[in-house]
Amino acid sequence: MLPPRAARVAAAVTVAAGVACFGLVLALVPAAAHHDLSYLSYLRVDALSAIFLLATSFLYAAVAIYAVGYLKRHEELYARRFYAGLNLFAWAMLAAPLMSSLALLWIAVEVTTIISALLVAIEDTDGAAEAAWKYVLIASAGLSLALLGTVFAYYAGSQVLGEHYNLAIGPLIGAGAHLPHTPVRLAFLLALLGYGTKVGLFPVHTWLPDAHSEAPTPVSALLSGSLLAVSFYAILRFYQFTAAALGSTFPRDALLAFGLASLLLAALYVFGQRDLKRLLAYSSVEHMGILAIGVSFGAPVALAGVMLHVLAHAAAKGNAFMGAGVFTVKYGTKEIPTMRGGLDLLPWSGPLFLLAIFALSAMPPSGIFRSEFQIVYGGLAAGHNVAAAVLVVLVTVAFFGLTTASTQILFTPAPRSLSAAAAGPSDRGEPSAWMVVPVVAGIAALFILGLHPPGELTDLISRAVTQLGAVR
Amino acid sequence: MLRQALARDQIRLYMAQSALLSVLAVVIAADRNLPDLYVLAALSAGLKVVAVPLVLRRLLGRAVPDEEEPAGVAGSQTLSPASAVLAGIVLAAYGFFCAGALGIHGPAAPATALAIAAAMVLVAFGLMIVRRDVASQAIGFLALENAISLAALVVAAGLPLILETAFLFDLLVAIVVFGMLIRAHHTKAESLSTADLTRLQG
Repeated sequence: MLPPRAARVAAAVTVAAGVACFGLVLALVPAAAHHDLSYLSYLRVDALSAIFLLATSFLYAAVAIYAVGYLKRHEELYARRFYAGLNLFAWAMLAAPLMSSLALLWIAVEVTTIISALLVAIEDTDGAAEAAWKYVLIASAGLSLALLGTVFAYYAGSQVLGEHYNLAIGPLIGAGAHLPHTPVRLAFLLALLGYGTKVGLFPVHTWLPDAHSEAPTPVSALLSGSLLAVSFYAILRFYQFTAAALGSTFPRDALLAFGLASLLLAALYVFGQRDLKRLLAYSSVEHMGILAIGVSFGAPVALAGVMLHVLAHAAAKGNAFMGAGVFTVKYGTKEIPTMRGGLDLLPWSGPLFLLAIFALSAMPPSGIFRSEFQIVYGGLAAGHNVAAAVLVVLVTVAFFGLTTASTQILFTPAPRSLSAAAAGPSDRGEPSAWMVVPVVAGIAALFILGLHPPGELTDLISRAVTQLGAVR
Repeated sequence: MLRQALARDQIRLYMAQSALLSVLAVVIAADRNLPDLYVLAALSAGLKVVAVPLVLRRLLGRAVPDEEEPAGVAGSQTLSPASAVLAGIVLAAYGFFCAGALGIHGPAAPATALAIAAAMVLVAFGLMIVRRDVASQAIGFLALENAISLAALVVAAGLPLILETAFLFDLLVAIVVFGMLIRAHHTKAESLSTADLTRLQG
């Protein structure tokens, strides 16, 4: 059955927009790798924002293609609402790293919250309504704290740059050493807690597994791969000027504490998780913890690892969610214990999901292996031996949790039908080719990142590292 | 706000809070000769004193028929009125003195104003935590936003108008979304209570 005309047009436009955005960002990369770009005094791209743009737009394109297959089973009204929300959500996320000022950045992040809350609620089930309410309330309250942090950042900036300072990021970092200490300290902590709510740092992560598991799968992929990273980008901006004003010890210690706590919580929750999408959501908390720890190590090689990790995590988590989406469509449930015999039933998605999980758990040669290796190496080089050791142990714990669950799904043979109707699907085959293509692209991207990142990308990352680590 | 049993009274308190805030904005504008602030005060008065309460009332009116209103959000208190008042005072005092100790002085208003803002932030969080219905939680969020506006007035009176307008616009959108979700929640759960939102755990 072909979807109605309007939905088909919406799908075509979405795919075109996604691919076009990715193309445009790719075209930006060589320029951003060598100098900062700014337009109209509101838009500004440097290497740091280019990396987050790259991650977001890649996932946008992948999810746009995936959604065509995902929406085949839904009616037209749902599809139209879905496409409208998906595009607005992706554009808001792309807007955030483009903004030149902390206030505009805050507005963009808040817009992503609002749109994505509606997308979480779109499923119209009890669970979705509950998740959406929790999400919008907790995330908005968190972002209010981030706004308070932004107000203090303005106060600090206006002490040095005068009344008409407009919260632009560049001048604030430039003024670094002259900024008054107390407001900067407050601004950083409030922003870390506030944006940290959206990043999913412990203990303000509570909305995250709910929203990720109840949202439609393409939205989960975007939430997890891009939205968390974009919020982390906001924290990095605060980190930049805080480190310039106070020296890097204070912000790094704060990030280390939040990062370790998140990693510990996530590694424990990944074990024994029964819901496939919640499993992946906790894995996101884990990876955000790794990012925070990586920044707190502060060594250039660790920062390079963090930048690479943002890209690789977007690809890997997007892949894992898209793979999980195929499974939930095929089996009609998210419960891990009822999914069995995945490798037999899904000739493409089964192996691809396995690859995605391995990539996510940092098996070589995926990009995540490379990035985590760099982070740990940087930690050891910078003398953070204990933190680096804890990182390795907890990542291994999470690895066991993830692989146990996915091997159960993939390798345990499907129960020989006691009651054929209740035993679930028995026909071999993919729900839709649209849902396989973007996953293949994601795996390819992961291998490229892991084996041989292109030269332009390496330049981009090293420039971003200089920007982050320029101030000691 | 922590104590009020009726949603209507909560909305009225929120209106009063917002009106005070707008007046303060006008005073600061006159005092420091910032014409931008007049526009902002007018906008925020229009939005927070008129539009938002209107939307909230209509939502509640649809959700809870008038004769049942006393039961609307009254059952959602987890604390007795006395403890709620006490908790409010403790939170407010804590916020007040903490902020006072920071020693951040804005150019426009005395440091006490910032301390009041900090107290408001804590009370708003308290409201969101101790109440078990979606309407009070939404009002808690709005009060939080008011508190931050106050802080912004104190330490950042010169903030460019375009940013302030963007914040207000953002607030408007947030209200619409809150409203839609409140309605969705109400049609699903047949009540405004969040006590039964316990399905998603672990």
